[in-house]
Amino acid sequence: MLEIKNLAKTFFPGTVNERKALQGINLTLQDGDFVTVIGSNGAGKSTLLNMIGGRLRPDVGSVSIGGRNVTKIAEHKRARWVGRVFQDPMAGTAPHLSVEENLAVAMGRTRMRNLLPGVSGKDRAFFKEQLASLELGLENRLKAEVGLLSGGQRQALSLLMATMTQPEILLLDEHTAALDPQRAALVSQLTGAIVDRDKLTTLMVTHNMEQALQLGNRLIMMHEGRIILEVDGETKAGMTVKDLLGEFDKLKGGGVSDRTLLQ
Amino acid sequence: MNFMNFGAQLPGATELGLIYAVAALGVYLTFRVLDFPDLTVDGSFTTGAATGAVLISSGTPPVLAIIVAFLAGAVAGSITGLLHTKGKINGLLASILMMIALYSINLHIMDGKANVPLLGIDTIFTPLENAGFMRNSWVGSLILAAWVLLLVVVLVAFLHTRLGLSLRATGDNEQMSGSFRVSTDGQKILGLAISNGLVAVSGALMAQYNGAADITSGIGLIVIGLASVIVGQALFGQRRVWQAVLAAALGAVIYRWVLQIAMAVGLDPADLKLASAVIVVAALLLPRLSFVKNLRANRARTRQEDALADLVDATDESHPAAAMPAGAEIKGQNNA
Ligand SMILES: Nc1ncnc2c1ncn2[C@@H]1O[C@H](COP(=O)(O)OP(=O)(O)O)[C@@H](O)[C@H]1O
Ligand SMILES: [Mg+2]
Repeated sequence: MLEIKNLAKTFFPGTVNERKALQGINLTLQDGDFVTVIGSNGAGKSTLLNMIGGRLRPDVGSVSIGGRNVTKIAEHKRARWVGRVFQDPMAGTAPHLSVEENLAVAMGRTRMRNLLPGVSGKDRAFFKEQLASLELGLENRLKAEVGLLSGGQRQALSLLMATMTQPEILLLDEHTAALDPQRAALVSQLTGAIVDRDKLTTLMVTHNMEQALQLGNRLIMMHEGRIILEVDGETKAGMTVKDLLGEFDKLKGGGVSDRTLLQ
Repeated sequence: MNFMNFGAQLPGATELGLIYAVAALGVYLTFRVLDFPDLTVDGSFTTGAATGAVLISSGTPPVLAIIVAFLAGAVAGSITGLLHTKGKINGLLASILMMIALYSINLHIMDGKANVPLLGIDTIFTPLENAGFMRNSWVGSLILAAWVLLLVVVLVAFLHTRLGLSLRATGDNEQMSGSFRVSTDGQKILGLAISNGLVAVSGALMAQYNGAADITSGIGLIVIGLASVIVGQALFGQRRVWQAVLAAALGAVIYRWVLQIAMAVGLDPADLKLASAVIVVAALLLPRLSFVKNLRANRARTRQEDALADLVDATDESHPAAAMPAGAEIKGQNNA
């Protein structure tokens, strides 16, 4: 379970560059919730995920994961419970390490980093099985340098690495945005399948409204550091992209100019 | 050019190269694995020499003295690491500060003297020297090479442990490592500690080999280390970890040979450091020249084809990937 209480963050406070990135966010995810996050550029979506992941510290407010208050816990320690995939396919993997070595680093999230072999025979069998589920043929390329893989393959691998150890929270920040449509669809579909199979509690930022409606059981819309709309269950299931844009216009006061920013 | 002289000096040059190889392994760890240009080594080499010489001359067994030298170097490296990670000081600057501070510390270790002689005192090399194996014979080089090889094997094995993987991942993609619960600060400190420990061991060995520790012995060590790593890896490659580590060690020996040749053709020993710097600059600039780039591109293409061959070998004949052209991305397989 993820609990966010009254989270706020201002960049460069008191200067001409002051940016109120988050202005009092309250959000609770029950175990197994899959929430998609949409909103215009600069709405604070990435900042929110960075607060949960621990890359940024809030000015006020708190973040708890599974009942533990993690607000002051460093990113690399919080990583035990948090899995992340970023927009940039280069960001989630180490290019000069092999596929199996990258996976082994990901396994380190829940196990000791000691002088045992980095990749054991047992690990290798497990990795093969996991990679096979991606259906990209990566299970035959365990020793290949990850830098040699395509963006789509790297992103699928990042997704596997982020989810393999069953994190309590999975954070996805526009993780399909940098891919061509075909690959984006593949990674999107893998995301749905993995989250569904493992019942992962997930927060996914996307610019793609179709994807936001298609995946997950809840949806939130952010604007200027606030959550301006929450839809769940039946309502979400019955919603179309047009409904969503309509809601946005209504909440924004009718202006159409911001509409394009949503996409 | 004095070839006779050159031939006679080659075993000695090889021995020197093998002693410097230990330092080159340390420089490889920071410069290549952690992507951190660490100048601490100029100080920690002398720290190792000073610690080793002072301990041995006061009756400590040489092996124990070398172990203490490793620890002294490791402490120096850790402090650089702490200044950089916790103190948020630029890495290069942190290491320069540590190098300067070590100069004073080294003088204190040497009791204020610029030179600590080891004349008439048994060192780790004494048994070999008494048997006539050093300098005029290749036996000494062979024995040293065996020890360096052992060190290479240990280092390569370490880099394949869970801890070693974390270290490599930190140097390769720091943000990603942090998101997988790697303490990247901790890994940098660890890497700097091991690196400077190895450099100090090299210094302690050098003092015993030369029969004295000298306060200036570490000056320019970073250049010797970089030259070894860059030249070695240019010649022997660095794709696989074992290849890169072995190349760094061999590079140190080749670098000594090159200097020996340069002196045989009349290079003034005063110009040695200048020559070292020129070799490193050349090794750094050469890959950027256009004709070398073209050469590389060709080689990369071959490499991709190799990778494809691996893939085909590894893949079932009927697998669609086996029919994939080089460089192509996997398409049409997303039947998930
Ligand atoms: N590290 C940072 N330093 C300064 N300003 C930032 C930083 N990160 C985000 N911001 C600002 O905070 C606001 C929200 O950004 P972000 O969370 O990236 O938006 P989104 O992901 O919704 O597009 C923007 O105005 C952005 O310029
Ligand atoms: Mg963003």
